[in-house]
Amino acid sequence: MKAAPFAYSRVANVDEACAMLASDDSARVIAGGQTLVPMMVMRLVRPTRLIDINRIVELSYIRSDGDTISIGATTRQCLVERDALIAADIPLLARAISFVGHAATRARGTIGGSLANADPAAELPLIAITLEATLAYRVEGRTEKMAARDFYIGPMTTSLPSDAVLTSVQFPKWLGKVGVSFCEVNARRSDFAFVAAAVQVELGDDGRCDRIAIGIGAATDFPIRLASAEQQLKGSALDAVTVKGAVLEALADFAPLSDLHASAEYRRRVAAALATRAVVDARSHALGRQLHAH
Amino acid sequence: MLSGVNYMRIKLMVNGAEHALEVEPRTTLLDCLRDHLDLKGAHAGCEHGVCGACTVLCDGVAVRSCLMFAPQAEGTPITTIEGVTPGPGELSPLQDAFCETHGMQCGYCTPAMILAAHALLAGNPNPTRDDIVEAISGNLCRCTGYAQIVEAIALAADRIRGANRPPELRK
Repeated sequence: MKAAPFAYSRVANVDEACAMLASDDSARVIAGGQTLVPMMVMRLVRPTRLIDINRIVELSYIRSDGDTISIGATTRQCLVERDALIAADIPLLARAISFVGHAATRARGTIGGSLANADPAAELPLIAITLEATLAYRVEGRTEKMAARDFYIGPMTTSLPSDAVLTSVQFPKWLGKVGVSFCEVNARRSDFAFVAAAVQVELGDDGRCDRIAIGIGAATDFPIRLASAEQQLKGSALDAVTVKGAVLEALADFAPLSDLHASAEYRRRVAAALATRAVVDARSHALGRQLHAH
Repeated sequence: MLSGVNYMRIKLMVNGAEHALEVEPRTTLLDCLRDHLDLKGAHAGCEHGVCGACTVLCDGVAVRSCLMFAPQAEGTPITTIEGVTPGPGELSPLQDAFCETHGMQCGYCTPAMILAAHALLAGNPNPTRDDIVEAISGNLCRCTGYAQIVEAIALAADRIRGANRPPELRK
């Protein structure tokens, strides 16, 4: 359980990291290292060089930019967990973050690291897809942006160019009467999810659903949205029967992963149950009463 | 020194003392503490971030020392179990409470449990049972069933709070 030898460079700025990536195909960026290091010690990956971006001060921040909250790539997960801006404006992220690993891994793990690592079971890519986040990266001296839905293309695979460094993520704020819910099933608390569901709703004055986002993670190669269910539920009262019908319909051609922990059929059933529960919970949350304690 | 092996000179601040070391970049902080500094209190369990036995404090925060390479720890004060005692031959209130409530059996997870508890109590002197369970949720123990560990941390928290009360208000 020891990593293969590599060279280590601590860079002072993002462009230096990009230049190093461009000059060495087998170099990798390390941020918190909470997934990369286990992969290295199990020799699933063998980078020739680690480019440590932890000390780039300008990559660690949480700030409000108009109608979005922007989070720097190396911002530690534990900072997001305790941040008042996130709690107020991106409640779904605030709700999900305690499901990410354990306190000791959130102390080192970063927001950008988890997003760029693209583990199918990771919570942060699911939240990025559900909330339609935008990812910003630096490449060849330019800053580019990409929607989360275009960023994820496979398990542990993103469309980030090989010489690019993820620098920040923008989550849109939802205004109004917003409620959220996050549910997941796993073998042990904070272990890898078999299925996760993330829901954010916005209710109108009449209590009906004005806006809804339903995301399912850990069941497919990368997180997905239940777009047809969202369409169907907009304008409804989000009662359990309607929600369940819409979710089942949206999952009709859903082809979940099957592995030694959970079969595809099990994942399908759990996805339907969790998505339904999460929508109903999110509505209750928006109404200011939390009926189900987790 | 093997030919072709890259060594790096680093300085680590561990338990208040600075150490100049020459390590391969791939040396984890855990291996560096154990093999280069002879601090055997950080235990090597799974070595890939699952069991928590290697927990140390980085700047007062509990982290897994098997998931950091030693050069990454430069400039950050590290505390290991060897650094929490008030003096030679003494025990910290947490260590004392673990002895008293039988919070350990084989002892393999114990240094990490105590450090995770130190990090908790530093930020939250009056933790609920849920806070304690959450704080040690990343640390596996295969002996105790955790009940005595939770009891130990609650007892230590109570004593540390009590130590700051005037004698007439102490239990």
